[in-house]
Amino acid sequence: MDKTQNNKAWFLVLPVLVIVAFSAVIPLMTVVNYSVNDTFGENEFFWNGLGWFEDMIASDRMHSALGRQVLFSAIILAIEVPLGIFIALNMPKKGFWASFCLVLMALPLLIPFNVVGTIWQIFGRVDIGLLGHGLASLGVDYNYTSDALDAWITIIVMDVWHWTSLVALLCYAGLQSIPQAYYQAARIDQASRWSVFRFIELPKMSGVLLIAVLLRFMDSFMIYTEPFVVTGGGPGNSTTFLSIDLVKMAVGQFDLGPAAAFSIMYFLVILLVSWVFYTVMTTLDNAETK
Amino acid sequence: MMRVRSSAIVMTLYLLFLLIPIYWLINMSLKTNTEITSTFTLIPATLTFANYVTILTDPSWYMGYVNSLIYVVLNTLISITVALPAAYAFSRYSFMGDKHLFFWLLTNRMSPPAVFALPFFQLYSSVGLFDTHIAVALAHCLFNVPLAVWILEGFMRGVPKEIDETAYIDGYGFGRFFIRIFMPLIASGIGVAAFFCFMFSWVELLLSRTLTSVYAKSIASTMTRTVSASGMDWGVLAAAGVLTIIPGALVIYFVRNYIAKGFALGRV
Repeated sequence: MDKTQNNKAWFLVLPVLVIVAFSAVIPLMTVVNYSVNDTFGENEFFWNGLGWFEDMIASDRMHSALGRQVLFSAIILAIEVPLGIFIALNMPKKGFWASFCLVLMALPLLIPFNVVGTIWQIFGRVDIGLLGHGLASLGVDYNYTSDALDAWITIIVMDVWHWTSLVALLCYAGLQSIPQAYYQAARIDQASRWSVFRFIELPKMSGVLLIAVLLRFMDSFMIYTEPFVVTGGGPGNSTTFLSIDLVKMAVGQFDLGPAAAFSIMYFLVILLVSWVFYTVMTTLDNAETK
Repeated sequence: MMRVRSSAIVMTLYLLFLLIPIYWLINMSLKTNTEITSTFTLIPATLTFANYVTILTDPSWYMGYVNSLIYVVLNTLISITVALPAAYAFSRYSFMGDKHLFFWLLTNRMSPPAVFALPFFQLYSSVGLFDTHIAVALAHCLFNVPLAVWILEGFMRGVPKEIDETAYIDGYGFGRFFIRIFMPLIASGIGVAAFFCFMFSWVELLLSRTLTSVYAKSIASTMTRTVSASGMDWGVLAAAGVLTIIPGALVIYFVRNYIAKGFALGRV
């Protein structure tokens, strides 16, 4: 759509600007302030320059948290995206069953994060949980509170449970927008199921799929509550992801300087990825309207 | 016919995978603690609602839900009110810095709450808002206002510009046009945006826990109470969990056809 050039539109944006500035810019400035200062308490600060940043970049703690985080996000994407597409392809197209599936699939998305953690905490426990108990009676040595691998598997299965529906719902919406004529043409050409998927469905889904991938990347990259409730970051540090580590450092140990430097770098990574997301998305939007 | 059957099997398996953990939670919430810890049963042997009674009669429990609902509703109202004019501006006008502003809003949706937890705590303490509902409501604006702007902009884009122009020619002022003509046109969009604000504020734990201690304590932090000296009170914990699922389950039915659009930030 052609837009009118009008700088008075700023007045309409002003309320948003004020409120987001209050809840985003001021806190962010506080973080920047902490990241370049050191303190001995009593609100006395002195300039520390980039010291904290250098410390944090060199610290093993951040490296390992970052490593775990990247690995976690990669596994999540590798499982949820193909599975989500697969589910979307198998969903009923219309009628009662379509609504039925939509409502049930959306259910996990709307459960508070800590309750998601609680559900899996209970579900996975060896003494009282269906999953833990079932595995134990099958003779599998499974205990997410003491075994790092089991903890990882539990958290990954939990995330798949929680968020695959999001990918599936988005893909489903993309599939719904494909006109029937495309499928008819494919049938006339006697296209195989695979080529229908590869040359009709996948290209038509690419826009929503991109959003799905990036939302999942972002949200898995800042995951906090669910693993915190289930494992508390343990056993040891095996499931301590970036957010968990950050909160531990800032609120638990009150190491404000390093935590702030950590925050800024964390935020910059997010910013970089958001920018890529935004650029690709607007390019796609423009390509579509032209 | 073969394909229909195989996809039904896939869907059944997937839905079972989604529902079994929820079933287990409900199952636990209807058992006594002795039954939970001593025996292993697939359905409650002695059906009890005692866990729910505990929650619904103890103010320190049910006030958690009330507090959560208050700040969630406040947040939804604030977010939608400020997002409406902004979304209109983004969908209709191009102005200096609009693209940068839009991107900046997006980064707030993507910023990890963990980064903001501590500064929020200090900011709201220093202005005397700590442990109030409005503090959490404002903090949640961080990610809900951008979300609302994005979703509403997506819906507004679908309304042809000619409608605006006709209304202006007919002598409508901006305010009257916006409220009387434009808002009814995008009513479903407003509903979806409100639903998503409600949901994201409802499911968020970290900020609401950081910003409240006694008077505005949210249900999320109330739930940590079940860890006591006598061990975990699993039954009550499960019952509290079930009760938090209910609001989502209720409203989900009304927006079922728009869920995907909302999650796609209005871009399907």
